[in-house]
Amino acid sequence: MFAAEIYMHRFLLSSLVRTLNPNEADWFYTPVYTTCDLMPTGLPLPFKSPRIMRSAIQLISSIWPYWNRTEGADHFFIVPHDFGACFHYQEETAIERGILPMLQRATLVQTFGQRNHVCLKDGSIIIPPYAPPQKMQTHLIPEKTPRSIFVYFRGLFYDVGNDPEGGYYARGARAAVWENFKNNPLFDISTEHPTTYYEDMQRAVFCLCPLGWAPWSPRLVEAVIFGCIPVIIADDIVLPFADAIPWEEIGVFVDEKDVPNLDTILTSMPPEVILRKQRLLANPSMKQAMLFPQPAQARDAFHQVLNGLARKLPHDKSVYLKPGEKILNWTAGPVGDLKPW
Amino acid sequence: MKFSLLQQSYMNRRSGSFRGSSAPLDSSPDNTIKSPASIFWLLLHGICCLISLVLGFRFSRLVFFFLFSTSTTTTLYVTTPFHPLSRTSAISNPLTNSANDLLVSNSTVSSGVVVGRHGIRIRPWPHPNPSEVIQAHQIIERVQREQRNQFGVKSPRSLIVVTPTYVRTFQTLHMTGVMHSLMLLPYDVVWIVVEAGGITNETELIIAKSGVKTLHIGFNQKMPNTWEGRHRLETKMRLRALRVIREEKMDGIVMFADDSNMHSMELFDEIQNVKWFGAVSVGILVHSGGADETLLAAAKVDKEAEENLPNSVVPVQGPACNASNKLAGWHTFNSLTYKGKSAVYIDDRATVLPRKLEWAGFVLNSRLLWKEAEDKPEWVKDMDSVGENIENPLALLKDPSKVEPLGSCGRQVLLWWLRVEARADSKFPPGWIIDPPLEITVPSKRTPWPDAPPELPPNEEKTINQEQTVKHSAKTRSPRSKRRSKRKHEAGSVETQVSAKHSEQN
Repeated sequence: MFAAEIYMHRFLLSSLVRTLNPNEADWFYTPVYTTCDLMPTGLPLPFKSPRIMRSAIQLISSIWPYWNRTEGADHFFIVPHDFGACFHYQEETAIERGILPMLQRATLVQTFGQRNHVCLKDGSIIIPPYAPPQKMQTHLIPEKTPRSIFVYFRGLFYDVGNDPEGGYYARGARAAVWENFKNNPLFDISTEHPTTYYEDMQRAVFCLCPLGWAPWSPRLVEAVIFGCIPVIIADDIVLPFADAIPWEEIGVFVDEKDVPNLDTILTSMPPEVILRKQRLLANPSMKQAMLFPQPAQARDAFHQVLNGLARKLPHDKSVYLKPGEKILNWTAGPVGDLKPW
Repeated sequence: MKFSLLQQSYMNRRSGSFRGSSAPLDSSPDNTIKSPASIFWLLLHGICCLISLVLGFRFSRLVFFFLFSTSTTTTLYVTTPFHPLSRTSAISNPLTNSANDLLVSNSTVSSGVVVGRHGIRIRPWPHPNPSEVIQAHQIIERVQREQRNQFGVKSPRSLIVVTPTYVRTFQTLHMTGVMHSLMLLPYDVVWIVVEAGGITNETELIIAKSGVKTLHIGFNQKMPNTWEGRHRLETKMRLRALRVIREEKMDGIVMFADDSNMHSMELFDEIQNVKWFGAVSVGILVHSGGADETLLAAAKVDKEAEENLPNSVVPVQGPACNASNKLAGWHTFNSLTYKGKSAVYIDDRATVLPRKLEWAGFVLNSRLLWKEAEDKPEWVKDMDSVGENIENPLALLKDPSKVEPLGSCGRQVLLWWLRVEARADSKFPPGWIIDPPLEITVPSKRTPWPDAPPELPPNEEKTINQEQTVKHSAKTRSPRSKRRSKRKHEAGSVETQVSAKHSEQN
């Protein structure tokens, strides 16, 4: 899910837009793998990420003059973790920390997007979470296999490890889905991990993409690739590449408070609307835009990111600071962040 | 000091609120703990700690949940006397957390999405609504229709299915199977049923339920008792049907569905691709009467076997292709392994063998049969010039290399050939209707079977799975050693039911 930062780095290394001459560069990219600090279980540990980022910025600002020139306004960073540059997986803590002060002026390329949220800066580029393209390719089934599952979902409804009381995980939405529809034969929902997950998605008409701890989820990418209409249950979510992909036309948006009526909502959709959404989803360019293939292909997610960056050019003259002027407060943020990494 | 920490946390909370708390707590930091209010708070704190310990979760969160509605964000009236508690030793933490909780909910008031605990909304009757289920199925039906239009067969041709049959015990079983397969098809189907022994009401009754267009032809010869004879007669019956197709100038794809065969739905989609003459791979389910263990093991089925391995346990008949996917030859049935052990009579307990290449594996365009057709290829013989004793429809062709191999060049097994028949003298209720209804069940001890097991207690219910293992020292050669008769209960005559399963062993 977080591998986008690595693949983006690799893509840029060999891309045509890369230039080795910093004076003609429009954007500066600093590869910082903040999610690669792993726990013994293999999950990313975000606690040291602010320090990693800070030390990296300190490094580049001391060696080259380009950071200080604009205080990072023409730099971009990829922060694909749960809450982006807030660097925490728990929403409360993430909100409390806010976006790292050092990154206040830089452009952030992140997977997290929620309207009016502290961790979504204006001008950020939202990207889809990484999903392995080859693995999905190998699990394709013939397109004429009839779609016989009405609604499909596989995943947790209650996160017993982190939220034993219930009500916190997914703002109660996933639990509501389970409690309301576990007896409904139209809803094929469970917590199992079947080996035929991808094949099953291709046999379903609707795929639920509810929020988890963060509003985004790789299910969205999988649903688009497999032609299953995504049912997005996440209030105020900002979806990736919203300017390139017409999410309103290909997906169904359900408010979290309407989850108990999900079956009514889905069955009352007229078949023409459903067929139209499926036709739009079948568009290969939409699927391409969600993927990070290696090597990069035309119109894939890498290029969408570059498009997004290009749209922000040319940089406003005001980002260039006069010599001696400093905007960023280098000592802001929790004390623990100031330790070098 | 623990207590002063508590004090300071109370100050924090108080300062985070809009309204002053009703608790008359002094706001000076060095307030002593001797004031009655603070003792009261401490006691309450202790009680809540204990409750938490007992309940096993953070009691405070639950309380917050109950007291504060989750949909409003203006929940800053700190009138609660309860304190956030923690079972860990760090008491100040949860207090600041709760303060932050409230602060946070204040700051996100513009987003409308509240961080923190939410209720799980369950509607009063969380069960499916039948009309919605119907709606959903209609949606699925429409989606599948669209899929078929887009990816399925374009302009499907009608199907002409030729089935030879005759009245016998298992006729209903087999014909119902074929009928149901045909009823599921989205194509136009014409079902030509040729019956040996003339047209009978029984067969008519069966096929009338099909709902597809049927053509019932009678063939005035009785079906002989040997497999050899049966194969020959079936060939004649099929040719008769083909002649009818010729005379009626029926248009479509002709396929041969023997009544005891099993057809997969993919077969019908695949044969739409035939141009003139096609062949599919047929899986042969050779089953023995049950006596020969080795034969059983050899015929053990992996019914999903799609590869045409030379040593697969299910023999497969059909076209063989070379590397460039062109027809190179034929996989035929090797009957040498069964030499001398095959069934001769229809109710033998031995293996029933198919021919080298069964009719069921071939499909033709009906125009091949017409006397005059526009683009009829010249490598087809005229039907009249072909005799009655042909083995398989390849005899209709002058050039057998023009056969189109279907099912990804014979790699997919799309139908299975099987012959299962009951004993020749087995009785079954006519039309499989028990009339008058069963009244009395008579225990089997009445019937004088030679090796009857000890007396069974009489019972009023039908015991369906009562397996009588009848011991016979019969060899596989002798006929009539296997009882396959069905049980029926009519007043007065009883037969034991012997389930015709392989598991029944002597």
